[in-house]
Amino acid sequence: MELKYILEAILFSAQKPLNPKELRELLAAAAEHGDQAKPFKKTKEDVIVAALEELQKDHEAAQRSYRLACVAGSWQFASQPDFAPWIVALVGTKARPPRLSQPALETLAIIAYRQPLTRAEIEQIRGVAVDGVMQTLLERGLVEQTGRAEVIGRPMTYGTTPVFLEYFGLRSLEELPAADELRRIPVTRPEQLLTADPGLATTAPEQLALADVESLENKPAPDSPPPA
Amino acid sequence: MAEYKVQFEVFEGPLDLLLYLIKKEEVDIYEVNLTQLATKFIEYVEVMRMLDLEIAGEFLVMASTLMYIKSRELLPKEQQVENPEEDEGEDPRWELIRQLVEYKKFKDAATQLQAREWEQENTYPRLPIRPEEPAPAAPLRGEASLFDLINAVTEVLKRVGKRDDLREIFEDKWSVSEKIEFLIKLTTDKAAVKFSELFSGATSRPEVICTFLALLELIRLKQLVCVQSADFEEIEIARAPAPSAPLLQADAPPETNLS
Repeated sequence: MELKYILEAILFSAQKPLNPKELRELLAAAAEHGDQAKPFKKTKEDVIVAALEELQKDHEAAQRSYRLACVAGSWQFASQPDFAPWIVALVGTKARPPRLSQPALETLAIIAYRQPLTRAEIEQIRGVAVDGVMQTLLERGLVEQTGRAEVIGRPMTYGTTPVFLEYFGLRSLEELPAADELRRIPVTRPEQLLTADPGLATTAPEQLALADVESLENKPAPDSPPPA
Repeated sequence: MAEYKVQFEVFEGPLDLLLYLIKKEEVDIYEVNLTQLATKFIEYVEVMRMLDLEIAGEFLVMASTLMYIKSRELLPKEQQVENPEEDEGEDPRWELIRQLVEYKKFKDAATQLQAREWEQENTYPRLPIRPEEPAPAAPLRGEASLFDLINAVTEVLKRVGKRDDLREIFEDKWSVSEKIEFLIKLTTDKAAVKFSELFSGATSRPEVICTFLALLELIRLKQLVCVQSADFEEIEIARAPAPSAPLLQADAPPETNLS
């Protein structure tokens, strides 16, 4: 029997999302019950994750009305959003807090990509005060204080919480769209700026082009060591 | 100016307004004419003032930055101050554009988050009903204890015993296995049977005893349950919920909580 199908069966019957550690323990526990389950007794977590990812791709390829979702590191089966009208008729509307406002989403995006950062840094990017919005985000548990910045006044720094991942159905912060691009990338000033025509700023420097993500992906990440 | 009043949108901040103006011009952020942009921006701020809207300080700061950029560039090119100190520092134009590009990216990221928010709102996880929930006769008060049963059967025996006073002793006509079949049939036909009903047809003490022993046996085998909905209420007998019996094979043990 293949590991991915065993995991599928477990997740199909599970009462809550399960993480790889819980699945590993479960495989070990099942081995106590019978010989059939013995070969999977000592399955490693990375093997489990790989099998889950494969299973996820299988379901994707089969274009089923449900998918294997991984939220904040835990796996479970969930229906596709397109089928919501029928599920709502069956189980009723989900109990969920009201949707976030545009300013709240913008602020949250900044925190998600640039965490940890201070309130002043958020305000610098957004160009407006964020006190009210931050209050909302903190109250809803989407962001939290993560520490203090080592600058004058030691202001509080903020970051996102697991609730944030759950709310947006994200596996991890790495799954944020264009994560690499929006993280701290040193923005170099183009040479020709000073010679630009009056009123015309400059042509677009390569690394700031809005749609041009591919060119970035080919470059080494800023924090990776240079090739030897 | 009248058309502005109609078209006016409320902007979150000066960057929001600038992006809106750039979008209206249908030009790339990098190719925008900053002096024109400055004029438009200040027009908007003027309208805001006319409409008595509260103008956030940020708008005024931005307006002054734009005015500064505009003033620098109004000079002929050869007369523009080449400030050597500024070389490594901030060119206000570049600074503004950098800020706009950065803000635009996060605005786009926010839109993607919004899409995910919607998606997640409409995603329903598969959460089957816990297997324990439909288990032993949940709506009823509680299982009757052995003492409750003995107490009840004593009452029955007293009744039957009186009737039996004048009879002769005769051989046992009843067996426990026969009574087991009787009880199963009785509880299959009806959802719940009152304790006294079990013995309504009994004519002698041995028959009552046989029925009672059959009942105990079936309880032990978890085929039947005895429930007493309230204190001093009559005990009722019902079939035990099917899944609790060892009928299930070992291939589907629902592992419930691992945490």
